[in-house]
Amino acid sequence: MARSALIRILFLLLAMPFASCSHATEQSARPPIRIGLTPVFLDDQATFINEWRDYLQRHLDQPVTFVQRGTYREIVDLLGKGKLDFAWLCGYPYVRNKKIFRLVAVPLYQGKPLYQSYLIVPSSDRQTQSLGDLRGKNFAFSDPDSNSGHLYPEYLLAKQGSNPSSFFAKAFFTWSHRKVVEAVAIGLAQGGAVDGYVWDTLALAHPELTSKTRIVSKSPPFGHPPFVAGIATPRQDIAALQQVLFRMTHDGEGGRSLLDRLNLDGFVYGGDRLFEGIEEMAKFVAETGNNTSRK
Amino acid sequence: MLYLKNVSLKYKIPLRVTVLVSVTAFVLASTLVYRGIEDLRSNLIANADRMGRVIADTLVQPMLHDDVWRSLEIINTPFRIQEYQAPDRGAEYILILNAANKVYVATQPERFPMLSDPVDIEPRYTEILKALPDLRKPVPTVVEPYQSDNLLLLIPIQSDGMRLGTLVMSYPKSPFTSRFYSLTQGAILTTLLVIIVLLPLGMYWGRKMAAPLLQLSDAMRNITPNLPEPGEIILEESNDEIGQLGKAFKGMLAGLKEKEQLQQQVISSNRLAAIGRLTAGIAHEINNPLGGMLNAISTYKRHGTQDALTLKTLSILERGLIQIKETVAALLVEAKSKSRPFDRNDVEDIRTLIQPDVKAKHINFTGEIDIAGIRSLPSTLVRQVIINLLLNAVQATQEHGQVRLDIHSDNDNLVIDVANSGSHIPQGKIAYLFEPFTSLNETGRGLGLWVIYQIVQQLDGQVSVQSVPDETRFVVQLPLQRDNHHE
Repeated sequence: MARSALIRILFLLLAMPFASCSHATEQSARPPIRIGLTPVFLDDQATFINEWRDYLQRHLDQPVTFVQRGTYREIVDLLGKGKLDFAWLCGYPYVRNKKIFRLVAVPLYQGKPLYQSYLIVPSSDRQTQSLGDLRGKNFAFSDPDSNSGHLYPEYLLAKQGSNPSSFFAKAFFTWSHRKVVEAVAIGLAQGGAVDGYVWDTLALAHPELTSKTRIVSKSPPFGHPPFVAGIATPRQDIAALQQVLFRMTHDGEGGRSLLDRLNLDGFVYGGDRLFEGIEEMAKFVAETGNNTSRK
Repeated sequence: MLYLKNVSLKYKIPLRVTVLVSVTAFVLASTLVYRGIEDLRSNLIANADRMGRVIADTLVQPMLHDDVWRSLEIINTPFRIQEYQAPDRGAEYILILNAANKVYVATQPERFPMLSDPVDIEPRYTEILKALPDLRKPVPTVVEPYQSDNLLLLIPIQSDGMRLGTLVMSYPKSPFTSRFYSLTQGAILTTLLVIIVLLPLGMYWGRKMAAPLLQLSDAMRNITPNLPEPGEIILEESNDEIGQLGKAFKGMLAGLKEKEQLQQQVISSNRLAAIGRLTAGIAHEINNPLGGMLNAISTYKRHGTQDALTLKTLSILERGLIQIKETVAALLVEAKSKSRPFDRNDVEDIRTLIQPDVKAKHINFTGEIDIAGIRSLPSTLVRQVIINLLLNAVQATQEHGQVRLDIHSDNDNLVIDVANSGSHIPQGKIAYLFEPFTSLNETGRGLGLWVIYQIVQQLDGQVSVQSVPDETRFVVQLPLQRDNHHE
């Protein structure tokens, strides 16, 4: 008992400086909300992410920690193990982990909770009309767990009875959509698959980069990468985050401008049905992949 | 070359200095340029090697995971660093070769596509692939393909002793060229500056060095036909070799001069001796019949017929013969007669004897006599020498002039020093001064100095004359303290 009392005193002492300088005395007592981020958006803007975190802290009345990792898989693993409360990730890992993840919100892009996968080639390439023309070339994927940056082109190849490693001379991952655009722009890859929302947003901020690439084809619309919660995340936390995200578009001061910088219109619940297309593709690729590997 | 050999040192030395300065400046400048380029090169290689090893080490993980994009990001890092993009330091491209020596990834992916064979793209790579470095080699492997504008640095990428690939960093050589030009330009400017500063200095030193040699050569050219006086030769005084040469030359000249004087003296004394012998011989030959003739006249005057005409004739003859006898006697300085030693009384006699002449011309006569203890000289001869000298002096001196007599002993000699303030004897006459019948004035017979010379010769002494305007000095030295054959 004496030990726990000691810990309590220590904790109070540690909290003192915060109490003196911050009005959010109660916040510091509560554990922070941990949100995992993946490169489904332009996640390499540290200032923007800080501002967004501050916004969420203010509106959730609770500390918020953003966690970024090199791959989708790491974020997925952390969320699965309960080390994150929420994550903004791709629809593909969501549908694969539907049993342990809960849908929180889906971004609205151009008024819809949808996005596309773009097949891009260097702008110098005027011939390529489809993915089929890129046989024997080098190809850039974003992340193995990305729908737009991997699953969709893999699915297209699977439908033709092929797979990336045999179809392309060299296929590699850049671990982010933005870097797919870079790899194609400098000519390292003769083709790449990229999140259409990221490409469009990049075209606004860095037209000099996107202008070196050409969009060959766009996929049918899929559910936009959603915010999901881990299975252990308390329901009231989910509801609180949903409230804040849904209201951002109506929040004239901070929320609206943050959404503008994200090039999004807002967040909605969306629903699982949005991701059925991805689920089907994943199932198809998994089956053909299993078949080819068994052969 | 022969033409150059004949060029005066006045031009040759400065010319050589110029050549030396130019060559030195050129060599220095070339060395500086060479060093500059070498420094640049070794700096570049050292920097590139350091960076390359860091990159190669960082590349191990992504290459093991076959992560092309990470590898590219790593090799792209140097190009992102602003400082590295300085035009003279940056690599042109960096390339990774995989274990099979195909392109793994390159910072110029369009030029070196993934998995392509670098030899197909640039044939020079055959040479580069031959030079693949040892995994454990600590020094950088640098390849400069033949006729290539690039310098390539090869660094192995290894994990656990296995080669995963090779990092190839290609650096353009153009910075060397531009540095070479800028260095050369600087060196040329410096060289010119050095030459401009050193050249006049070199010319000046060269001339300064040549000047004493030229002086010496001028002096040597001038020793003929007449030896110059020592004062006429102007040579720089110094202790270096040229200075020593000058001193030796002066010494040689002095020797020559002395020898010339000695020769003159020998000639003159030989001549006087010859004249003396001739005179003595003739005098003897005259004296013998003369004595007989005078005896005959004397006998006839005493015993013969005494007619007036004969007597008169005989008298004329006798007077003539006596004059001949006197002349001959004067020529024939005989020292055979025994004589007492010269002493103070003789000096007093001499004073008395010349007193009338001194008074007649109002001459200021001074005498300093110190002959205490001198006994070995015959008085007759010494008296004659002194009297002759004094009479000459008085005669040569104008009215109210000065005559000084100084007799003293000096070492083993009796020194008789007679000086007068009369008109000086021209140089040309001094050589013949002691010959008989050389008279300096109208009245004398010119035998006084001849007699002095003969006596001094007989006494083994020396006589010398110094004549400058307003002072003529005769100095006679007679040896003392030795067995005089006259005694």
